[in-house]
Amino acid sequence: MSIYRTHILLPIDEGTVQAGVFEIKRRLESELKARKLQKEIKVLQSGSVGIVGKGVILAVYPDRMYYFQVKENDIARIIEEHLLKGRIVTDLAHAPVASMAADQTGARVGLTREQRRVVLDKAWTVDPENINEVLAAGGYRALEKIFSNKLSPEQVIEEVKRSGLRGRGGAGFPTGMKWEFTRKAAGAEKYIICNADEGEPGTFKDRLILEGDPHKLIEAMTIAAYAIGAGRGYIYIRGEYGLSIERVQKAIDQAREFNLLGKNILETGFSFELEIKKGAGAYVCGEETALIESLEGKRGNPRVKPPYPVTHGLWQKPTAVNNVETLANIPAIISNGAAWFRKIGTDKCPGTKVFTILGHVEYPGLIETDMGTPLREIIFSFGGGIKGGKKFKAALLGGAAGVFLSEPLLDVKMDFENLKENKAVLGSGAVLVMDEGTSIVDMLFSIAKFFAHESCGQCVPCRVGTRQILDIIYRVRQGGGRQGDLETMLGLAEVMFRSSLCPLGQSLVMPVKSALENFKDEFAMAIRHAEKS
Amino acid sequence: MKREKILQNYEPSGDNLLAILHDIQNASTEHYLTDADLRAVADFLGLAYSFVYGVATFYTMYSLKPRGRYLIRVCQSPPCHLLGATTIAKELVRLLGISFGETTPDRRFTLEMSSCLGVCGVAPAMMVNDQVYGNLIPELIAEVIAGLRRGK
Repeated sequence: MSIYRTHILLPIDEGTVQAGVFEIKRRLESELKARKLQKEIKVLQSGSVGIVGKGVILAVYPDRMYYFQVKENDIARIIEEHLLKGRIVTDLAHAPVASMAADQTGARVGLTREQRRVVLDKAWTVDPENINEVLAAGGYRALEKIFSNKLSPEQVIEEVKRSGLRGRGGAGFPTGMKWEFTRKAAGAEKYIICNADEGEPGTFKDRLILEGDPHKLIEAMTIAAYAIGAGRGYIYIRGEYGLSIERVQKAIDQAREFNLLGKNILETGFSFELEIKKGAGAYVCGEETALIESLEGKRGNPRVKPPYPVTHGLWQKPTAVNNVETLANIPAIISNGAAWFRKIGTDKCPGTKVFTILGHVEYPGLIETDMGTPLREIIFSFGGGIKGGKKFKAALLGGAAGVFLSEPLLDVKMDFENLKENKAVLGSGAVLVMDEGTSIVDMLFSIAKFFAHESCGQCVPCRVGTRQILDIIYRVRQGGGRQGDLETMLGLAEVMFRSSLCPLGQSLVMPVKSALENFKDEFAMAIRHAEKS
Repeated sequence: MKREKILQNYEPSGDNLLAILHDIQNASTEHYLTDADLRAVADFLGLAYSFVYGVATFYTMYSLKPRGRYLIRVCQSPPCHLLGATTIAKELVRLLGISFGETTPDRRFTLEMSSCLGVCGVAPAMMVNDQVYGNLIPELIAEVIAGLRRGK
């Protein structure tokens, strides 16, 4: 193995591919070769660094310097200036060094701010398509630990329970308990399913795990299968995630080749088969029973609960359904222990959380930080604040099935419990930021449109309710609002909350109620204005 | 026949239905499933035709109508809406001369609205077949469409 003085990382994701990252890679390699630098400087592909919309990104290690919007013409300059002379090319750098923005604590802002990465630790430094790199970086060590220390399935479940890990898909259910229920459920045939049907608007955290570190997911699912006693597992990936499907399939093939998956894993006698199932475009399939129906090859209509999947899941057999990010925490918990995990985050919600920061911010993208990080820090420090120096107006937390927050709640700590106390939700971890110029009426209209489109139509409250709410908010937005409209909307949403079959119909009340409560004047004004004219 | 070959890749088990429909539709130059396709798949899997039809019409990625060579799906979810998806949608309608859900007479473009594409960091975004285009502005759309028209 050779030693290189510098590594250049090229994150590959949907955005950088569009911007021509592969052309840049070819050019970079040929320019390095022309200068006889190919033995000193190594060019590597990695998963996304989490920052998006900045064209091709080029990261120089160990300097921890990032270049954005890199074009073919810039390559020679970066090599000559940075790699040969050690001078940063300031006009392409993530933040000009001299004026490197800092927040009140003096910490760096945006991408260069330190993040604690548990879930995404390898996603931006390792080539996800090369299992050797993954193994060298510590991949599959948790699985190895279980087998070499002869940990029983019960001991694995106990460790996960002690860690306090809660489901990251939105509901926050304790993962260890879910596994225990599945293990204890009657029947010999059991399944583990990874829910990678990430469809919550504003959320793409799972995509970056799937694209950036698919082996971590395979390792975690194998551990989960061992713990609950499953011989077969499925990763249900939404059909729109082409690159994710490709990468995960490659990883499954490689893992099988290395005997980390399949029959008699690592000669332990434990066998586990894993397969990808591709979705076909239905938001409701993110709900676990709808996902199971879809996996069985049916329309994605949610089932009546109870019984829950832990006893009656896939083909009516006991099934644990876990979100991608939840599973991605498992290897670190097993490797480092529950006590280590509990030191991160808050008491009731240990660990980190992956957040997607979007909308009117300087640096939209994805970050991983401790549970309980204040919203203000996420928006203003990691996200770099409101774009164009405008004022903050609102944040929509948790996607379309989320809650509008206004300025007084900027200091809320972001975890399941604290947000619940403040009548908000963490949901999937999406933070959609809106500046002072945003119409909340218009945003609520967009959300209502989304729900009306995605309602599966199976149960009446959701099918009719979403349509009625859309009609009202459309009228209000068009200037035809009437007295009583807001009360009707809220009433409908509350009926839907109480009577819908699944979380899709139950959750429209959250954006409706929070928008009407936190931005009362704006809605009242829209209606008064309509009545006058 | 293409369809028969695709069916040979699968066990005749009901849980393969979605994957089979994906493969058949992907093999179609017009990105759609014919009535004959649905009947053949139903026979192969031992399912009722109505069941297969029900599945094919439930999911937005399947179409029972022929679509253009380039399938343009515009994200209309709240993050894209916030950053100007409406302008983008109007511009596409103007450039292509068709409404959403329609195909141009030359069978080249089909315009569809889509739910979240999961690329919200580059909102507003659209997908042309498998390729994502983000940070859209009217000028960029004009460029993309012109490129596709030239057959790029």
